[in-house]
Amino acid sequence: MSTDPKRWVAGHIATLPKSGIRDFFELVAKMKGQDVISLGVGEPDFVTPWHVREAAIFALERGKTYYTSNLGLLELRKEISTYVEHHFGVSYRPDDQVIVTVGVSEALDLAFRAFCNPGDKVMFHQPCYVSYHPSITLVHGEGIAVPTYAKDNFALTAEALRAAWQPGAKILMLNLPCNPTGGTCSREQLEKIADFCREKDLLVLSDEIYSELTFEGTHTSIASFPGMAERTIFLHGFSKAFAMTGWRIGYACGPAVLIDAMMKVHQYAMMCASIIAQEGALEALKNGWDNVLKMREQYHRRRDLIVRRFNEIGMKCHLPRGSFYAFPDVTPLGFTEKDFAVGLLQQQKVAVVPGTAFGVNGTGHVRACFATGYDQIIEACDRVERFVAQPRAKAG
Amino acid sequence: MNPVLKLLIDGGSLTTGQMAQVAGLSEAEVNQHLEQLKKDKIFLGWRPVLDLSREAAAAAAVRAVIEVKVTPERGGGFNRFAERIARFDEVESCYLMSGGYDLLVFVRGGSLQKVASFVSEKLSTIEGVLSTSTHFMLRCYKEQGFVLDSSESSASRLTVAP
Repeated sequence: MSTDPKRWVAGHIATLPKSGIRDFFELVAKMKGQDVISLGVGEPDFVTPWHVREAAIFALERGKTYYTSNLGLLELRKEISTYVEHHFGVSYRPDDQVIVTVGVSEALDLAFRAFCNPGDKVMFHQPCYVSYHPSITLVHGEGIAVPTYAKDNFALTAEALRAAWQPGAKILMLNLPCNPTGGTCSREQLEKIADFCREKDLLVLSDEIYSELTFEGTHTSIASFPGMAERTIFLHGFSKAFAMTGWRIGYACGPAVLIDAMMKVHQYAMMCASIIAQEGALEALKNGWDNVLKMREQYHRRRDLIVRRFNEIGMKCHLPRGSFYAFPDVTPLGFTEKDFAVGLLQQQKVAVVPGTAFGVNGTGHVRACFATGYDQIIEACDRVERFVAQPRAKAG
Repeated sequence: MNPVLKLLIDGGSLTTGQMAQVAGLSEAEVNQHLEQLKKDKIFLGWRPVLDLSREAAAAAAVRAVIEVKVTPERGGGFNRFAERIARFDEVESCYLMSGGYDLLVFVRGGSLQKVASFVSEKLSTIEGVLSTSTHFMLRCYKEQGFVLDSSESSASRLTVAP
């Protein structure tokens, strides 16, 4: 009889590949203490504004240490409802159409578990956030990757959706603005996608976590088109715009029946999000908008700087319309994405993430997060310039 | 708004070369903007923000904030008083205030005695000054946007994250 503990690991987990970002993380971890400039993170460099932290401390001082309702604090759900209506033009009832979750990641997991039967087909655009495809696999769903391209600024097009569509497709996963590409869709593009969803009777899971960090035009939620709120789970949270990644606090809004289905999973798996984080989130919504605008302005200028420098250096870097990531094509410099990322790290100590960590459609690209100070961005770009100026000594 | 002024207001510690990159200008253009801001008397000069409590040689310096009540003059209001007071080297900043007093004066001196003699011999003897109320600063916790002795650190931030 086998004594290998692996025999207890479920089959679909044993075959689930580890995140491509994990290998790179370990490579960077080995260089600790070596003056590495990291453009490899996926979070703001800003610490959560003090008034939010102070509100959480105050909550602790008042003894707020207990469970909340499964859906989350009603006061927070009311604020979320007001915020979403004001900023996204969609109205949700706080009582039964909003659920507070442990980050958008949990909301997404709840949605897949609540809506995806084994074998159901889920469409998602790629390159995409690392967890989308594995999350579908975890519920025994079948992922259908829809490619997006640099020539379109990585916007998802209805044409690409239609080309990838297969009979039986049930769910469309959207992430606009997109991690890692910064791609967004114009209102017109999104309208065509909404038409397609109605035509094919798709449920939409719309992760809009970067929506406040839209630099070109204004963000439009797919849920705001006529007839779409009824078939959309709007996913959002506080990590990016409010600089609250470590708080793990997000939310989902949608039709009451669907939120109730998600709540069933949530109540057994998680019970509720941390009350302290919920209190912080409440303060962020009540008084945090000015800070969001200040941070967005900083990201906007950093984006312009890094994109300009990358293009000057000879990479082909499209303009990310949102998020805080640049996703340049390094192939014009004669590199593969992995050679570039590894070589740059080893020779010039700058960490970027190979685009293939975000799916096969990220081939040839690297992700560089510009949520870091100007001086760091400038120094990182100088190092990249030195790296590419060397005789083509690729990493080995 | 002048792009260089915007960067100055943001309070970063960028060199003119870095400002040029951030604003998408040449370094010469940044310098031209700075010169224009100087001519317009908007940009008055550079000053470092220091925590001198950490430097023994300078730690003995004393800072005080003084509330000054004056009798406003016909025709000149408070301006002549304020300008006269502001010219003393000991005065770091001087503001006209609403409320229970008229001028708020920030003073720095080499020792407690020096600040005390400035108040008693120079400030309070100006004709029209009705009273002064001097508060010595004991400890600084935040200086022009910088929190002193901050234990905040981003060192635990992951270097690579999804």
